[in-house]
Amino acid sequence: MIKVEDLYFTYPNGVEALRGVSLEIKNGEFVAIMGQNGAGKTTLVKHINGLLRPTMGRVLVDDVDTTKVSVATLARKVGFVFQNADHQLFCETVEEEISFALRNFGYEQKTVNERVDWALNLLDLTEYRKVSPFMLSGGERKRVALASVLAWDPKIVILDEPTIGQDSQQKERLRQFITQLNRQAKTVIIVTHDIEFVAECQPRVVLMAGGEIVGKGEAKNILTDRELVKEASVVLPEIARVFLGLEDLGFPRDVIDVYEAGRILLGRFGGSS
Amino acid sequence: MSMFDGFKFRSVFSPIHKMDPRAKFFYVCVLFAVTVMFNQLIPLFILFLIQIPFVVIASVEREWLRSMKGSALFAIIIFVMNLLSLHFYGGYPSFAAILERSLTMTVRFIVLVESFSVFFLTTSPDMLGLALEQSRVPYELCFAFTTAVRFVPVLADEAQTIMDAQKARGLELEGGNFIKRIKNYIPILIPLIVNAIRRSLELAETMESRAWGANKKRTNLYVLKARRKDYCLILISILILVVSIYISTYVRIPSLIEFLPAQ
Repeated sequence: MIKVEDLYFTYPNGVEALRGVSLEIKNGEFVAIMGQNGAGKTTLVKHINGLLRPTMGRVLVDDVDTTKVSVATLARKVGFVFQNADHQLFCETVEEEISFALRNFGYEQKTVNERVDWALNLLDLTEYRKVSPFMLSGGERKRVALASVLAWDPKIVILDEPTIGQDSQQKERLRQFITQLNRQAKTVIIVTHDIEFVAECQPRVVLMAGGEIVGKGEAKNILTDRELVKEASVVLPEIARVFLGLEDLGFPRDVIDVYEAGRILLGRFGGSS
Repeated sequence: MSMFDGFKFRSVFSPIHKMDPRAKFFYVCVLFAVTVMFNQLIPLFILFLIQIPFVVIASVEREWLRSMKGSALFAIIIFVMNLLSLHFYGGYPSFAAILERSLTMTVRFIVLVESFSVFFLTTSPDMLGLALEQSRVPYELCFAFTTAVRFVPVLADEAQTIMDAQKARGLELEGGNFIKRIKNYIPILIPLIVNAIRRSLELAETMESRAWGANKKRTNLYVLKARRKDYCLILISILILVVSIYISTYVRIPSLIEFLPAQ
């Protein structure tokens, strides 16, 4: 359980990035944090694994105040995958890269081997085991970064902009993957601009603007609220735009998913899917 | 990254900022030469002090203090290394002499950092490039130089992000012995270097696609022109240089321990 209580954060250069954010994320929840650039999304999640310390207010992870423990200690519980994989890859092989964190946490060699195998398999990287991460493509590097975090099986997984630079096929795999993680009762938090990705995954949405939370709730409700979405300078998902336009014809207004939209339209006009 | 902040250009409206970078550069070079010329604590300390009015006029005191704080760690290392090596191999008569010598070396380092910090704090990379260019340095070299200077803060930011990313993977940067601490920085240095190389290749491509170097003869929007105060600074610098050369050759500089009561 993550509890953010009236959190304020000001960067050393004087930029006030968070202004009174309160949020609760239960175990096993899937949350997307959205908002335009500079809304404070990344600043907020960096508080959850202790990389940033509150200027005011506090952040509790499983009732532990994040200021009381080191980042490395929190990291066991909170896995954080950074936006740019190139900011963390440094080993000679993919295998070593994945075992880096496991060694930092002091796992035994046997466990390290098992975990590395498991993570390689999980992200479909087994064939690259002995390859240098720098030789891989952008999407593959991103997967290595993800594997290197999932390897120690953290309870909470934070993904910062996971869909950037991924083709549609990779995105679909990522979606399935997140659903799978979520099914294993892991808390998954994604920070993203990708409204279509969110519309497909349908997590709980937290909408931020100017360092504050302007709306939170089910994706269906938040992403179809014209006013709210405008306030956060986010564009409505395409399906939502269509259905908001069809509202006068008696169609439901809270549709954001392509498949659901298809079912409704086919149901109305007849035909088979 | 407080150390780097002490060298990052601050756009402040001050008489020093508006000066010709060539004059300032000459001043820094003179200070550099003079600093290396002296081996005694008193003149070096005076060199440290005479730069402070410069800092105040430029109103960059806060940033300057930061550069001083940032260099404190290196200063301590230099002090301790000198102390140890002089103690074991120096053949100095007393501990006070060793202490003074170590202190001298440390102050010399601080003076060097101080002068460069003041120069970079008050001179924008563009002005610097302009100064080089108008001193007839080939444009390619000037460009490489200004780009390098301009990317220092970018790299500093990136280093911070990389540190965060590795800490999130359980890397403990603090603690451990000296070797362990150095080893800890490998996961930070490798991505930093790899990204810097990648970025430079990308930069080269984007520059070329924007027709960099298409015209052999370049003109500049701004042309540097030395004014009276610039000549003043050059004059002061020459004066410092001449006086220092005179003092270091003809005047015996007392060391501090001579003022100690005899034992």
